[in-house]
Amino acid sequence: MAILVDANSKVLVQGITGREGEFHTRQMLEYGTKVVAGVTPGKGGQEVAGVPVFDTVKQAVRETGANVSCIFVPAPFAPDAILEAADAGIELIVCITEGIPVQDMVRVVNYLKRCTQSRLIGPNCPGLTTAKECKVGIMPGMLFRKGSIGLVSRSGTLTYEIVYELTQAGLGQSTCVGIGGDPIIGTTFIDVLPLFEADPQTEAVVLVGEIGGSDEEIAAEYIKNHMTKPVVGFISGRTAPPGKRMGHAGAIISGGKGSPQSKVKALTEAGVPIADTPSDIPALVKQALENWRR
Amino acid sequence: MKLHEYQAKQILRDFGLPVPNGEVATTPEGAKAIAERLGKRVVIKAQVHMGGRGKAGGIKLADTPDEAYAAAKEILGKRLISPQNPQGMVAEAVLVEEAIEIEKEYYIGITVDRTTQRNALMVSQQGGMDIEEVAATHPEAIATLPVDPLLGLTDYGIREVLFGAGFTMEGVKMLAPILQGLYRAYLACDANLAEINPCAVTRDGRVICADAKMTLDENALYRQKRLAQYHEESIEDPIEAEAQRRGLAYVRLGGDIGIIGNGAGLVMCTVDEVARAGGRPANFLDIGGGAKADRVRNAVELVMMDPNVKGLLFNIFGGITRGDEVARGILEALATLEVKVPIVVRLAGTHAEEGRALLAGTPLIPAETMQEAARKIVELAQQAG
Repeated sequence: MAILVDANSKVLVQGITGREGEFHTRQMLEYGTKVVAGVTPGKGGQEVAGVPVFDTVKQAVRETGANVSCIFVPAPFAPDAILEAADAGIELIVCITEGIPVQDMVRVVNYLKRCTQSRLIGPNCPGLTTAKECKVGIMPGMLFRKGSIGLVSRSGTLTYEIVYELTQAGLGQSTCVGIGGDPIIGTTFIDVLPLFEADPQTEAVVLVGEIGGSDEEIAAEYIKNHMTKPVVGFISGRTAPPGKRMGHAGAIISGGKGSPQSKVKALTEAGVPIADTPSDIPALVKQALENWRR
Repeated sequence: MKLHEYQAKQILRDFGLPVPNGEVATTPEGAKAIAERLGKRVVIKAQVHMGGRGKAGGIKLADTPDEAYAAAKEILGKRLISPQNPQGMVAEAVLVEEAIEIEKEYYIGITVDRTTQRNALMVSQQGGMDIEEVAATHPEAIATLPVDPLLGLTDYGIREVLFGAGFTMEGVKMLAPILQGLYRAYLACDANLAEINPCAVTRDGRVICADAKMTLDENALYRQKRLAQYHEESIEDPIEAEAQRRGLAYVRLGGDIGIIGNGAGLVMCTVDEVARAGGRPANFLDIGGGAKADRVRNAVELVMMDPNVKGLLFNIFGGITRGDEVARGILEALATLEVKVPIVVRLAGTHAEEGRALLAGTPLIPAETMQEAARKIVELAQQAG
């Protein structure tokens, strides 16, 4: 089972002829992901790693039945690439691209939520992996082991570190989702948590947050009211100096939220044990699973 | 990227908003000349990226051009210190503008609200010095409108937010053009924060943007060529400015242990670990994906520009990038650099063992876990004292 992607997902890569696009297409294929098509405008008819390239997403969907898109298009063109995928009816759009202007994402995310059926993951994210079935994005595949732990994270390399710790401790994963580190993202913690709650393969969830915004506090509220499966948390940036980027107006909106203390407090109050360091996570997960099974 | 008041005010002026007449000066003579041209009572305002300028002595009134000269002389080159910015900042320019007789002060601001995923327009009748304080003590005095990006700022939205902040229809008529103009300027400049505080009503009933603040989205500078020129100037710390030029994400933290890693989350976490081990991180530096020798060299050079650094910690998680390649990158970079402080390298993930084998027999100290690495570098830095 797992969530969002599985062995049957048909993946399309937007920006497949670029350096990153081509490299990660090969990595995804090697992992066993069904990469069925690529899109680069003007390069239709070519092939990359045996994958046919199309000029438009609509063409690629029509010819191959792709239902997931992975975007490696440079930042100035990525918002348009997301919209193109959504308008072609792609169900799951995973945008790896970093550095997209925030106002572009405000428009794109609002349009996607209101006018389409598509779900966006990212931008500025490592993508997602369902262990031993399908990897969409840039996560290093060899770290994963199939199992029952779901992981959702705002980080990239820190996620790999934690997957590595879990695997070393014998805790395999169902699906690991990197939701991205930008202020405006398509999928937040509370969009992923219900999927794990409903997934029969997932028995426990690891939530990896960091300073800024209030997504962790909102997730804590959701966990308290809706999650029956155990959740273990980690918050990065606990000693970071406050307010480096925030101006006056930002402080008004978050109303005291966004600090690591606030996040740790909210999650702890929601019954989520918080690891002090990533290597403490496996022990907390094992403990939480034991308590839950009892 | 923060803009100075005079830069933000020029943008507002370009979008048709009422702004006091004034110009920027970098010398007392220049300030005097501007005061002469304006021919009336002026206010001299330090152009620094910090809050609490007034209390720090960075804002002075001058009745005559000679007084303007004296006020500018006092402010320019002086380190201004406020509770919001205890380290202080030096003013290299002053804005000289006509003094206005203020009757009432309002707050108008717009910023990206992550929770609603929209731009939030905020209005309060309690404008002036401390809007954070209003937010903390009287949150009900601030009315907020999450603007639908697909519709834009609607007239009814403006009415709702202004009525919500306690204004009458008269206030709506007066302020609606200000809100519209601010929203247009904010979007056109790819800002993520724009504030008019105070938005003043003068004794003769005019509305005017008495102070303005804007922060631009650095990711959008590629299409904001005119505003991009303000960029380097906006960074106060010399190492952070150099990092910007080299395309590396560096944040100075003030301690003595230099930290380099790959990926923002992992580096942030490494900073936490060093602090947990009793150390004081000197910086945050994310070298990003890959670990080419020149990139590593750039990173080490940057960190070592900070004379307080007594130890250097590398925390690299090999994913697609392999540990042995990273180790080679580090060795190659260090071969051409003279680094005298102890260096601890933690490699994990793909080909980490091969990487560690390459480091054996070099002065670099290997560590297996992040905690071990943090402990080691803290100890070594203390010994180096």
